[in-house]
Amino acid sequence: MNQQELNGKISQIKDRLTAIEQPLPNRVYLSCESENCYSVNKFLFEEVPARFVIATGIDAEDCFEIIYHYSYDQTGCVINLKVFIRDREKPAVESITPFLPAAEWIEREIHDILGIDFINHPNLRRLILADDWPDGVYPMRKEVKK
Amino acid sequence: MKKSVKKPVLAVGPFHPLQEEMEFFQLTIEGEIVTDIDVRLSYNHRGIEKISEGLQFDQIPFLVSRICGICSASHPLAYVQAVEEIAGVKPPERALYVRTIINEFERIHSHLLWAGLAGHFIGYDTVFMWAWKYREPVLDLLEEITGNRNNYGNVRIGGCREDIPNELIPKILKELDEIEKKTEMLTKAILDDPVLHARLKGVGVLKKEDAIKYAVAGPTARGSGIAIDVRRDDPYAAYADLDWNVITQPEGDVFAKAVVRLLETFESIKMVRQALKKLPGGPVSVEVKEIPPGEAIGRAEAPRGETFHYVRSDGGNRPVRHKARAPSYVNVPSFKASCIGQHISDVTLTLAAVDPCYSCTERMAVLDSGGKVIADYDMLLRLSREKTEHIRKSLGLPKKKMEDLPIG
Repeated sequence: MNQQELNGKISQIKDRLTAIEQPLPNRVYLSCESENCYSVNKFLFEEVPARFVIATGIDAEDCFEIIYHYSYDQTGCVINLKVFIRDREKPAVESITPFLPAAEWIEREIHDILGIDFINHPNLRRLILADDWPDGVYPMRKEVKK
Repeated sequence: MKKSVKKPVLAVGPFHPLQEEMEFFQLTIEGEIVTDIDVRLSYNHRGIEKISEGLQFDQIPFLVSRICGICSASHPLAYVQAVEEIAGVKPPERALYVRTIINEFERIHSHLLWAGLAGHFIGYDTVFMWAWKYREPVLDLLEEITGNRNNYGNVRIGGCREDIPNELIPKILKELDEIEKKTEMLTKAILDDPVLHARLKGVGVLKKEDAIKYAVAGPTARGSGIAIDVRRDDPYAAYADLDWNVITQPEGDVFAKAVVRLLETFESIKMVRQALKKLPGGPVSVEVKEIPPGEAIGRAEAPRGETFHYVRSDGGNRPVRHKARAPSYVNVPSFKASCIGQHISDVTLTLAAVDPCYSCTERMAVLDSGGKVIADYDMLLRLSREKTEHIRKSLGLPKKKMEDLPIG
């Protein structure tokens, strides 16, 4: 699949996306709301299929963002899927670990640092915070100072 | 408890999970077969991502080069490429070549380091000593160019900090010949050794479908027949101008990963030679005044696989978010696929095959199904060595001594 065919493939799911941007030929940024997170990720991993790289959790002040980064190695394209979680009180999104074991650690990490709940995650134990770290303090939230 | 909360460990970010840090692997066994593995990490969390939010863009390369002592060229390079994309900066041609050369030197010394450690794990301490001896001149060259044997800190936004002086090129070429000759002997000694074939083949197999599910990177993926390499797939620095091959092996076992690393070392030597020959003239950096708002990713192929950085800027002089992913972050969880069903004497080797650090396997304990600790690192190392010795005897081969070896 070349880059044009890849773009065509991605546009199959455009009804589930709120934005598609392509600042460079091999850098694609997709946006979607949290209810479509699972199905769009499943499409990227199983249908494209792209290689999962990592996810970045961001406290964007008015909402939480998780950017799922995928790499489509045949064209060297990085597909970044931005998922917006609007509920700041009880942020939650469906886990993608059940079909993508590579996401297990990063979902646990984002749970640690931002307090986002991953629904149906098989093992949402602490990954990087110390055992004596207080509950309910999420170090990468903006209100936590250095 | 309050005291520990106040420590700077508060901040969060993925440190390089396997180099110089502690990790704890808990193996559950039945008889001598591993049935489950649990990994506990973050004993030495440094909060690189949080610290990064408090530093200026041009200070961060020096921070991220300390994510890992061995991959200290790849991390800053991936970060700098992301920032350069946001700023729309193109570094001078010569800087791209210098970056390539430093990164390939890093791969050569890292792969030799791994070969030595792998030898140590199976009781071939001679291999350990040779490989580390051959690695030294590479570190000396890095010191001569950048001022440091590790943590070179040689990339900056817009180019490189230190240039490779033209008068140093003949010396580098001479050293490369020497390194190539010695690596060739080492490779031949390893690949022709019947004991090693018997010891490493079929051990710790990571099947291709598991490698995809766990999204592994670098030699771990290439050893399982997945031909991915950022240097070829999404070329950066000067890689697009060089002629080289991506090495893959289909078997997925420890031997396949060893072959990939050893043969890659020769590709790296080839690349450095080509890059030195084509090295363009001119400056090695351009001035970058400010970083506009925006976001970008940067990636580089580190010795252990793809290093990935994401940077978001709001137009200030510090990033609002900086995410770093080291290749071991995806390679380590694949132990769940490669270690289960293995004999415990093969586990140290299987873990070592993705190129983790010494200190992590040091912290390994084996539990029986009741949770009692029945074996520690020393015992596992002894078991691994005994198995090698047993294979040697059953093949009727003499024990190798230092003076029998062809290399001085």
